[in-house]
Amino acid sequence: MELPASAVTDTLQSDVLDRDMLDHDVLDRIGQTPLIRLRRVIDHLPDSVTVYAKAEHLNPGGSVKDRPALSMIRAGLASGALRPGKTLIDATSGNTGIAYAMIGAALGLPVTLVMPANASRERKLILQAYGAELILTDAMEGTDGAQRHVRALVAADPTRYFYPDQYNNDANWRAHFHGTGPEILDQTDGRITHFVAALGTSGTFTGVTRRLKAHDPAIRCISVQPASPLHGLEGMKHMETAIVPGIYDPDLPDATLRITTEDAHAMTRRLAREEGLLVGPSSGANVAAAVQVAEELEAGVVVTILCDTGMRYLSDDFWKAD
Amino acid sequence: MPATSTTSVTIHIPTPLRSFTGGSASVEVTGQTVGEALKDLVRRHPALEPHLYTEDGRLRSFVNIYVGDEDIRYLDRDATAITPGAELSIVPSIAGGR
Repeated sequence: MELPASAVTDTLQSDVLDRDMLDHDVLDRIGQTPLIRLRRVIDHLPDSVTVYAKAEHLNPGGSVKDRPALSMIRAGLASGALRPGKTLIDATSGNTGIAYAMIGAALGLPVTLVMPANASRERKLILQAYGAELILTDAMEGTDGAQRHVRALVAADPTRYFYPDQYNNDANWRAHFHGTGPEILDQTDGRITHFVAALGTSGTFTGVTRRLKAHDPAIRCISVQPASPLHGLEGMKHMETAIVPGIYDPDLPDATLRITTEDAHAMTRRLAREEGLLVGPSSGANVAAAVQVAEELEAGVVVTILCDTGMRYLSDDFWKAD
Repeated sequence: MPATSTTSVTIHIPTPLRSFTGGSASVEVTGQTVGEALKDLVRRHPALEPHLYTEDGRLRSFVNIYVGDEDIRYLDRDATAITPGAELSIVPSIAGGR
């Protein structure tokens, strides 16, 4: 008996997806980012205290989100949840969407992204340049509204979509457990004493912290949240007023620091002007918090994350202040 | 229209701030400009004030206020005049956008 043509095509495409496509050179460039020692923004601190920033903005998609996006796509292929003919769909305020769109383009995988209508023009143009389809939801509902919309679309047509659901997918934090965390240990020769990272999906903080604690439970891991529920810190979540991600473990942080949007913006400007690092506001929040942690130390090695490139925020007003 | 008349307008409150308005998704206020309407909003719901205004009383730079579909940054900011029945929205920042 002959197989239906579609089954033959499926087998061929599946073979291609599994072997050749995941070998794409662009995907090989995800991870292994430099660890950059900050100098001028901590020149008030003694030499015994160092602060390093993991330059995740140098991933090929311009953000830390390349790691979980690739990890969730790999996990989807491995489990069979992602198969040829399916469309990847997710709610994303930007960077994860850009990572999906980039990886999807490299793999020949259709990508549909749902985001609030007030996502920036730059973001929408980047996503469209990679060939992704955009669905815009009510700006008043924020990213939570986009998440609800994706769930409704997937529930209505479950066979059509592969929904990685970055907020509830263990492959998200595992990207950092297996990638970012070991890289930080290698790059600091295991000398790291403090890790500081903002919470969005909480994937970066959760994965890196679990890896660091497995290496040495004495490493202090401090999460960063916006000081107010109404904030301008792209990708960060104010947990008390947001839909809490399923992968978030509230017992994991040793402490939580609250950073105002204004302080994050001020540090974002300083990183550009004093360190030559053009990064976004969540990176500014991370470094502002890392500096606060460092200021309390007599000696230590503090590591934080530069989440994304500042090129994505050039039309924002905050560069002009000061 | 005499300057003393009051203009009643609706301000839509985004989900993250509704805990400061007793859960209300919108609040009726009065004012002839966006600035006056927002001041009336924080008079009615004082817990909102630190989220919208700096300590020296300026609207926080990242707070997005729309009149209908127009961002007040491209109108007359705080001084933007509003007409009776206008719909104002406080819109959460997203993705480096407005």
